[in-house]
This record gives sequence, structure tokens and C-alpha cells, in this order.
Amino acid sequence: MALPSRTIEELRAPAERMRAVAEIAARHSADVDREGRFPREAIDALKAERLMAVMIPKRFGGEGLGLLEVAELCTILGQACGSTAMVYAMHQIKASSLVSHGGESPWHAGFLRNSLCAVEVRDGRFTLEKDATVISYGLYADAILVTCRRAPDAQSSDQSMVVVKQGDYSLAKTTGWDTLGMRGTCSEGFRLVSSGDAAQIFPQPFSEIAAQSMLSASHILWGAVWFGIAADAVARAQAYVRAAARKQPGSVPPGALRLAEVVSMLQDMKASVVAGVVRYEAALKNPDELSSIGFAVEMNNLKVTTSQRGAQIVTHAMLITGLSGYKNDTPFSVGRHLRDITSAAIMISNDRILSNTSNLLLVSRFDTSLVN
Amino acid sequence: MKDRIRKLIADRKVIAVDVNSLSDSADLYEAGLSSFASIQFMLALEDAFDVEFPERMLTRKTFASIEAIDRSLSELLTERV
Repeated sequence: MALPSRTIEELRAPAERMRAVAEIAARHSADVDREGRFPREAIDALKAERLMAVMIPKRFGGEGLGLLEVAELCTILGQACGSTAMVYAMHQIKASSLVSHGGESPWHAGFLRNSLCAVEVRDGRFTLEKDATVISYGLYADAILVTCRRAPDAQSSDQSMVVVKQGDYSLAKTTGWDTLGMRGTCSEGFRLVSSGDAAQIFPQPFSEIAAQSMLSASHILWGAVWFGIAADAVARAQAYVRAAARKQPGSVPPGALRLAEVVSMLQDMKASVVAGVVRYEAALKNPDELSSIGFAVEMNNLKVTTSQRGAQIVTHAMLITGLSGYKNDTPFSVGRHLRDITSAAIMISNDRILSNTSNLLLVSRFDTSLVN
Repeated sequence: MKDRIRKLIADRKVIAVDVNSLSDSADLYEAGLSSFASIQFMLALEDAFDVEFPERMLTRKTFASIEAIDRSLSELLTERV
């Protein structure tokens, strides 16, 4: 059932609307996870609440929200359903590329840095074929941003990004998505065949798009989703400890000390995400800063730190909740959280990111001041 | 100095294409300069010219072309005198 879409005048604050969506997402999260199906109900609710377009500038009909506000929305949703929140975050990451690099063309008003396939332009039209190992929610998307070599004779690192809308492309499924966690993202592999107006190719090289909006937006919004997952696991652990304390007044339950420890870890994770957004927003004012090595190192570290922290926190929550957390059918279950958060270390593998950082640190020095 | 930069690019095989086919202002990233190769190339430049690139110069723009590298190196070598 399609929900009636609200007009701008009827809109409440974005966070309030997201909490309403989160309730719907939470109701279906177990089924989405078990069946490995697309979170249709929550995505429909996001559209009905007009939360998909919040990052689009007001003059194009959006709400012009900044990355910090969108990160908060991802965190709210992440506490309800990791898969739904990750789909939402990935959508916003692509939206940030459109907003930052779309230019004035109405067309512009998804390891990434090497491509095999190339876009070919002839007579103002492009053609593009790509064997994509993963296109998250590919079957359910209204548009896909495709990276590819700029031309058939271009080097593998000389990439363009092309926006293809439903109708411009066909998808033939090549691989499935029966995974440990993040099962609702339906990140199947496809052979994509598309063609369209040459104006659908972004004017900037993909390397600039990656450095200036995509890499930072990805690491910040992924971090926000993982923080949401970790925060909900901690909330369940705390509820478990409080319930135990109420049963035996006067004594401190065995999980209380671990709870204190995990809350301090959660606070640390929160600080990392917030510092990342603050750093990004400062760098936004200066394109050179955005493409600097020092900034790249910090954004790499944000991803590695938050993905590791998130996994530690959820594991801790499992220790606190014990068998109740291990079982899938109690109010204290954290199994889905644990499975979802394990994806964090491997979606763009931490080892690859650390190896990239280790190369950058051969020339770049860490800023040792406390306030930049 | 531009000739020394060109020779370094060729000797260290920084890019896959022949450096002599590129103008001084040609975009090295478009010519296939990867993130990994660019760092190795910076280290080679630091060694060859006995300089150290300060943090403010460690941006994409500094190493975008032979001309841009020449400009940054000249600035560093002038500062030293």
C-alpha cells in the first residue's frame, strides 16, 4: 500500500519524521533479516515522509540538510533496522555526489577507484555495459550511479560517473545476496546494460567526486548507521541490567560493570563520528583541503575506527545480555545487531583502507594539535 | 628542473604512458597517475631535490601536472635559500 505523500507545509522536523519511520522499520526488521528481503515498508514510509530528498537544495524541492543532520537521521534509523538504515545511507551518499557535483545540467541537478568497463559517447548519446559485483538494492532503485572508465582508451583509474535512470538500463542478475548480516540491502550482482543522453555523464572526473564528496559522505554516514546499531545493542544491554537490578534490589547485577565499560566505548564512537562531520564541514569550505592527503587519512581512520568500535560494542552487549541476547526472540536479542555490524569491517575492507593509509603516511604527518 | 621531473617520471615508471607524449600542463591523473604511484613519486621528488613537501602542499593539485610540480618545487627551493 502506498502511503500518501506529504506536502512541504505538512512536514514536521526531519528527526521527528524519521522516528515515525523507525517504528515501521523496527516492526519489520526481524522479517527483513530472516527472509533477506528488501525493507519495502520502511522505504515506502521514507518516501511518504519525504526523507529521501532531504539533502537536495531547497531550490530543487529538497530541504537542504547538511551531513550532520543526515547522519543523525541515519543513526535514528540504524537503531531500528541496520539494513534499512544502510540503504538510506547509501542513497544519501549518492545524493551528496549529485548535490556537490551535479552542476547546472538538469540531469545532475555506486574497489571503486579502478574500472574495467568504459562509457562510449557517440553523437551526444552514451552506451555503457558493466559487470557489477554488487549493486545494493539494484532491483528496487529508481536510478543508479555507475562508475566506469572515461572512454574505451582511458586508463583504469581515469573514471567517470554516469547517472542512469530506470528505463535507461537493464539488469541481469549474476550473483545472489544470502549473507550473514545486512540481509535486507539485497546487494546482488548484475550485468548492467544502459544507454542515454551524454549529459548524464558527470562533468568532473570520478576521482574528484570520490575525494570531495563520496569518500567522506560514505565514511560519515556508514559510521552513523553503525553507531545506531551499536547504540540499540547497548540500550538492550542496559534494559537487561536494569531488569536484573529491579529483581534484586540492593545488589549490583553482574553485567553492570561491563555496561559502564560499553557505554564509555559508545561515547568514544559517537565522538569519532561527530569529529568526522565537523572536520568534513570545515574542509568543505576549501576544495584543496578536501583533496588533501591529511584529510584523506582522517576520513580513512574514521571508517576503520568506527567499524572496529561498533563490532566491539555489540560483542560486549552480547556478553552483558547473555543467553537472552543470544536468542533471537527476546526483547534483549542482539544477534541481528552482531551479524549486521560484522559487515562494517569488510564493506571496503579495513585492510585495504589501512594499506592505503600506510602509503599516505609515507608523506603526510598527523596533525598533533588538539584543535586544528 | 622540468627535464629532471620528466626523467624521474620515466625512470620510476610513475605512469604507464610515455612522458614525452605529455605537455607540461597535461593532467597526470588523466594519464593514469594512481594514488599509490603519486605517493611513491612524491618520495622520489623529495629525495632527488632534497626537499620535504609541507602538509599544505600535499593536495591533488600540487602533483596534477609537470608544471604544477615545478612550481611547488621552485617555491620550496627558493624558501631554502
